[in-house]
Amino acid sequence: MRRSVIPGFGLSLGITVLYLGAIVLLPLCALILKASDIGPAQLWAILSSPRTLAAIRLTVTMALAATIFNAIYGLLLAWVLARYQFPGKRLLDALVDVPFALPTAVAGLALTALFSKTGWFGSVLEPLGVSVVYTPLGIAIAMAFTSIPFVVRTVQPVIEDLGSDVEEASRSLGASDLQILSRIIFPSIFPALLAGCSLAFARSLGEFGAVIFIAGNQPMKTEIVALLAFIRLEEYDYPAAAAIATVMLAMAFAMLIVTNAVQAWQLRYLGRGNA
Amino acid sequence: MVTPVGAGPVARFIVLSVVAVVTLFILIAPLAVILSSAFAQGVGVFLRNLGDPGTLHAMWLTTITALIAVPINILFGVAAAWTVTKFEFPGRTLLIALIELPYSISPIVAGVAYLFVYGSQGLFGPLLDQFDLKVMFALPGIVLASMFVTAPYVARELIPLMQVQGTDEEEAAVTLGAGGFATFFRVTLPNIRWAMLYGAILCNARVLGEFGAVSVVSGNVRGQTTTLPLQIELLYQDYNVAGAFAAATTLTAVAVVTILLKMLLERLAGDERPQP
Repeated sequence: MRRSVIPGFGLSLGITVLYLGAIVLLPLCALILKASDIGPAQLWAILSSPRTLAAIRLTVTMALAATIFNAIYGLLLAWVLARYQFPGKRLLDALVDVPFALPTAVAGLALTALFSKTGWFGSVLEPLGVSVVYTPLGIAIAMAFTSIPFVVRTVQPVIEDLGSDVEEASRSLGASDLQILSRIIFPSIFPALLAGCSLAFARSLGEFGAVIFIAGNQPMKTEIVALLAFIRLEEYDYPAAAAIATVMLAMAFAMLIVTNAVQAWQLRYLGRGNA
Repeated sequence: MVTPVGAGPVARFIVLSVVAVVTLFILIAPLAVILSSAFAQGVGVFLRNLGDPGTLHAMWLTTITALIAVPINILFGVAAAWTVTKFEFPGRTLLIALIELPYSISPIVAGVAYLFVYGSQGLFGPLLDQFDLKVMFALPGIVLASMFVTAPYVARELIPLMQVQGTDEEEAAVTLGAGGFATFFRVTLPNIRWAMLYGAILCNARVLGEFGAVSVVSGNVRGQTTTLPLQIELLYQDYNVAGAFAAATTLTAVAVVTILLKMLLERLAGDERPQP
């Protein structure tokens, strides 16, 4: 440790470790302890039950669909905010933060109202045979709404920092717009896009409030993993709740590792670009 | 001077139109439908719905939770940022990762985990029962779960800023004889106050709106441990849609104020960054 003249290391480290230990690590350890009590046979029985598997499959698929939507819409939003000047730009920039600032229960309530049979969107979509409320599509929409800012806020600064020199050089060498987009711009923002997408995907996997309003929550059909953990708790089936929550925790850790790897790659990539 | 990609009038028009239409449908419509549904039967009904005893109690409980959780979170955020930016020590990277950990964990997992600490089946359950202390399905549980999900909020705003600001000013102050607290309050704090406030406001919004973690640990005891987001769900399940939207309007107002303050503070916090 480098000697520092600044005081307060003991106190500030103490507060930090106390908070993290008591508030964050203690519950997570208790959860893992509970799950490890279950025993492999019962654990396998819980996790391989058709209802659990259906919930996991539904959650992962819809989170993936929501992330793909956000990859496109988020990229366009980031592009527009970083490269264009237009009236209402500040408003659009502020709107991007709405899914972060708006409580998930409120978002779920609002989306359900919009897409219900009598709602603004539902009354148009239902006659066309598209039902959103109480279907997997509704789940994907709720997940997409809550994770929009992740992609935008990760990609936007990278587009803003793109130097114009390479673009101008390739233009003067006769490259078309499409060539510049696909060979110059897209490769430089791709790591950031991937990082934003993995954050959005992780958030969608764990989303609860917004989804349960719109999902209808039918076992095997529209029941997400987070809700299943919640239901098992209400049924006092603590081993099942612990097992499912631990699987969710493991998925979160896996996504954390993926995100960190992607971000490290992004940093290396940007570093090389600047050198 | 060459035209940058996408700056041509046609490309610009298409991209802007697509973004505008999708934004209208997915970001603006939800806000509009909340206001429209809340006031559908007039302001009188809206106010009567807001005055519902359950909703009023939920607002009170949510406010108390924020009043406890946010200041503790600020203290933690400042201490954590001070630790990892002013000192070099083994395990520093691990500590930063731990600070950010709750950000990636589903609130439901947090809630379930808390039950296995303080619930009757949990680690401390028997001990708490013995002293007749109630943490789960009561205010302490709600506060603790809120502190879990918001742990990174203030620290995350402060760490990058304090990293850039370095330690020169603090070292100068200490060398000139200032004590630790004097150095913090008179040198560091003026440099980071807007970013700190910014983190606190985001933290506050999250505490007021937290649903998943709180719905597990509160047990949703009607009229007792129902926070405002849980009250929205209760009213909705009771088919009191207008009441649910009235309650949702208050939280939407908080969200809008949060975003406005965020824009203001971002500008002020931008001034805190050392100019290159």
